[in-house]
Amino acid sequence: MLLSILPQVLVDGLTLGFMYAVVALGYTMVYGILEFINFAHGEIFMVGAFVGTEVLLITDAIGALEGMNPYVALFMTLIITMILTGALGVGIERLAYRPLRGAPRLVPLISAIGVSFLLQDVVRFTEAIARNEFYLNTPVLFSGTVSVFGIATIPIKGLVVIILAIVLMIALTLFIGKTKWGIAMRAVALDPSTASLMTINVDKVIMLTFLIGSSLGGATGVLFAQNYGTIDPYIGFILGMKAFTAAVLGGIGNLRGAMVGGVLLGMLESLAGAYMGPLTNQAFGAEYKDVFAFSILILVLLFKPEGLFGEAVKEKV
Amino acid sequence: MALLELQNVHTFYGGIHALKGLSISVNPGEVVTLIGSNGAGKSTTLKTICGQTRAREGKIIFDGKDITQMKTHDIAMLGIAHVPEGRRIFPKLTVQENLEMGAFFTKDKHLIQEGIERAFQYFPRLKERISQKGGTMSGGEQQMLAIARGLMMKPKILMLDEPSMGLAPILVEQIFEIVTELNREGTTILLVEQNANQALSVAHRGYVIQTGEIILKDDAKTLLANPQVREAYLA
Repeated sequence: MLLSILPQVLVDGLTLGFMYAVVALGYTMVYGILEFINFAHGEIFMVGAFVGTEVLLITDAIGALEGMNPYVALFMTLIITMILTGALGVGIERLAYRPLRGAPRLVPLISAIGVSFLLQDVVRFTEAIARNEFYLNTPVLFSGTVSVFGIATIPIKGLVVIILAIVLMIALTLFIGKTKWGIAMRAVALDPSTASLMTINVDKVIMLTFLIGSSLGGATGVLFAQNYGTIDPYIGFILGMKAFTAAVLGGIGNLRGAMVGGVLLGMLESLAGAYMGPLTNQAFGAEYKDVFAFSILILVLLFKPEGLFGEAVKEKV
Repeated sequence: MALLELQNVHTFYGGIHALKGLSISVNPGEVVTLIGSNGAGKSTTLKTICGQTRAREGKIIFDGKDITQMKTHDIAMLGIAHVPEGRRIFPKLTVQENLEMGAFFTKDKHLIQEGIERAFQYFPRLKERISQKGGTMSGGEQQMLAIARGLMMKPKILMLDEPSMGLAPILVEQIFEIVTELNREGTTILLVEQNANQALSVAHRGYVIQTGEIILKDDAKTLLANPQVREAYLA
């Protein structure tokens, strides 16, 4: 019985893990360049979930959603959401972080926490005024399942999450690896003052980093809403924490690390949720899955503090 | 008219009055060297020119433009390539990527490729290393890469900060030969050096800087023969 649910458990873990991974990229990109943890990134994800849901609700209200190809609807929702959350990320950087550059490290961190609360409350108020409640049900675009080799069934919405996450990761990898601005982002991460000698506008590169990270975070919000159906203004906190954890697990500042760390954390959580109860005779049930996942994290960091893909940090002179 | 001119520049660096009314000029086509001992303000001078540390007083004019308050990347855009002290290549980028960054504002891919080919003519060693990460190369190769990266910009002036530092004598020789060659092909060069002997032998003119002030300026040949210079910097 334990083994028969394994494929399902793995598929669930992948779906969750890929969402962690894409959000983790936003944390790790900003950290790579500014050595700053953008704690508001989880809330960008949450705003993405709400923007996406509103796009679909409004499209539905004007009667356009019915009869629309679900893939077209998803594509439209993603594009609108990514543009808006990308702009939101850039705006936050401009107003809440850039004026604090050069301040002691804790200061922008506090600013980020402030932005988190602000975003939660703005979304809550807006939805409470507009819809009289702030728990929203997303119009789910995909129903049905596909069978994988007859041993597991994946809901199509889960498959959509996995495939889109992979597409986004490949696109990002190509951008960072091959394009001029991508190389410039890596150059600025390594040595901003020298990069500026090469005519690279460091502020622009930082804006671009927030733009990309935030649009990826927003896109994940849309995928999350599609997958779980219900959202509230506080979903960004726990998912953000997990994604941040994934980034640290993989080695903060390292893109590949964030991807692997995310998928790994999702898997661990899913496995723990399914098997801890049966294996411990119900002494520790599924509610302990986070304890298990984070224990693994602590173990990894005890032996490899720089994370799986990170490099041992030398103190900068 | 001078290509680059510093007029009575004062710079403070971490509370220290690092440049005390510095005035130097570089004419088009010249190799000018700024020599002095460690901590005299040589690197600060270059950093002040490219806006990495701000002049609190005085004026910096480049190509007829006041650049004193401009941002570093905008100053670079005008055609000032600064090859900083300690090379500062991007260690995790490949040689090719490092060079591409040098030509960041060039949109035309053919021009970038031409620039890379030209850099390889000066530094054939880099061609063999094209897809290697910069940080894995030897100090001499990194210095070559740093200079090549500066040349990618096709600068009006190339500012070199201690290019000979930490290099074996044979490599130092080679670097100074390249400086002469670049100049012969028309590049104006401002060379900051502790290695005064070598620097003065490739330069047209020289300035001697001591605790943030110019104490001597003359033709390079005259400075080389100056007993005061010989004793302090050529011993």
